Amino acid sequence: MSRVPSYPDVESREEVLAPPGRLRSVPGVIRRNPLVAVGAAMCLAIFLVAVLAPLIATYPEDAGSAVHPLQTLEPPSAQHYFGTDQVGRDVFSRVVYGARISPVIAVLVLAISVLIGVPLGIAAGYFGGWIDEVISRVTDVFLAFPALLLALAFAAVMKPSITNTVIAISVTWWPWYTRIVRGQAASVTGRPFVESAKATGIPHRTILLRHILPNSITPIIVQVSLDVGGVILTASALSFLGLGAQDPTPDWGLMVSQGQAFFTTQWWLVTFPGAAIFLTAAAFNLLGDGLRDVLDPRRVLTTR
Amino acid sequence: MTGTMTGAKLSLQDLRIAFGPRRVVDLDRLELATGEILGLAGESGSGKSITALAVLGLASTLGARVEGSVRLDDEELVGAAESRLREIRGSRISMIFQSPVSSLDPLLQVGELFERTLRLHGVRKREASERASNAFREVLLSVDLLQRYPHELSGGQAQRIAIAMALALRSEVLLADEPTSALDVTVQAEILDLLRRVREERGMSVLFISHDLAVIAELCDRVAVMQLGRIVEEGPTARVLGEPEDEYTKRLVAAVPKIGVRA
Repeated sequence: MSRVPSYPDVESREEVLAPPGRLRSVPGVIRRNPLVAVGAAMCLAIFLVAVLAPLIATYPEDAGSAVHPLQTLEPPSAQHYFGTDQVGRDVFSRVVYGARISPVIAVLVLAISVLIGVPLGIAAGYFGGWIDEVISRVTDVFLAFPALLLALAFAAVMKPSITNTVIAISVTWWPWYTRIVRGQAASVTGRPFVESAKATGIPHRTILLRHILPNSITPIIVQVSLDVGGVILTASALSFLGLGAQDPTPDWGLMVSQGQAFFTTQWWLVTFPGAAIFLTAAAFNLLGDGLRDVLDPRRVLTTR
Repeated sequence: MTGTMTGAKLSLQDLRIAFGPRRVVDLDRLELATGEILGLAGESGSGKSITALAVLGLASTLGARVEGSVRLDDEELVGAAESRLREIRGSRISMIFQSPVSSLDPLLQVGELFERTLRLHGVRKREASERASNAFREVLLSVDLLQRYPHELSGGQAQRIAIAMALALRSEVLLADEPTSALDVTVQAEILDLLRRVREERGMSVLFISHDLAVIAELCDRVAVMQLGRIVEEGPTARVLGEPEDEYTKRLVAAVPKIGVRA
């Protein structure tokens, strides 16, 4: 019978528990996935543009209700980097100020949806039984309507404003997260380490927060980072239909939908706000990738 | 009748477990003495695992109805408050499982798991650290493994870690549910060795659940054979496996493959 007679030198170690998370260090993640740094830098850039908008914008008053009938639909030039729109406003300035609106809407909607959707999904997946039934049926009711239609209905009963846009979209967004997390949590709950945790006397609350949640969260991080663009576009759809941000507001989505009419001849109306939406979505995507790496030790190992 | 007179560490009496109308365990009496290794043998589906879960009060979380009596020393566990059961789980009765690696949370370093679990049972941080490293020494593992994630462990290492957890928590009873069934034969031998040593040094009582009579023959003092939720035969291992009386036991014994014998 083979033995393993290696007694380690225990006394020489001060602290053997809770060692530094060597695999999860931020520099380590960046080294293995450099695009994360790009994503983080882009998010930071968007944030700075939003904060410093009055300094960056060449015609700050054009973000508001200014109208310049003599310079409508001018192509990009040294005076107007991104050209001007159908009422003569500087598109560059409006795109810059838009950083204060569209990304904020996206972050708020996704934060609210995660805060509502994830706890419900975790509870439904872990406890099962009637808790699952109640949560899942309510979720189903929300998912039974086309998302945009439901958002329209909610937006229609409230005054058109950015706050109400956020509320209307959040109402339609959270059930998706509940459904994703519920499935994930149910499958994690069936894994042996959960039984093992119960067998060592870990209470439900701790199992939910420390074991089920971290093991179920990855798909949500991916989904959230993919949804940034979707929320911005949904918000613009509401604006387009007169139920979201209203005209002088330099909302990117609104600018894209208003520019559609001129797309074939005045491409700059749609292209620059569209590019801003794209870059914002890409930035959060890359950041989401990195976050997933930070949370999953195995993934970091395999991408080494 | 009381468990006190017999000096049993753990005693099950008239234990009935049912899923809806289907009764899966109907167990008259089973006792585990202090420092004893009791084998619970039987084919899959005979009710071995659910019996172990019922001891911990966890059978009901799977939707089973449990009646009868499970006593730890003098304390009745069936129908005990959930908070009391949580105290007992881990700190007095531990359980280890068939798939040792997947019984560890993949996102937690082993050290984190030990610290959290020990602290949850009221052990101070400093002492938790000490207990963990001592337990690792007892199961002959390097403390370096405390910094590993489960996917960086072998099955044998993970099972030693599970046993180390029971030691660190100072459990008196270890419920081992097929702990060696998923391991290589050589690793299996090491784990059996370890269980024997733990029993000798700590006086731990072990309920060893297995379908593998060869392993039970090697390890257990006594064995109870279970079929369709009932115990059909019970006694000293050598006697039960050497001269089985029950028909089912005879068939089980006959089914054990023998080295060097070819039909």
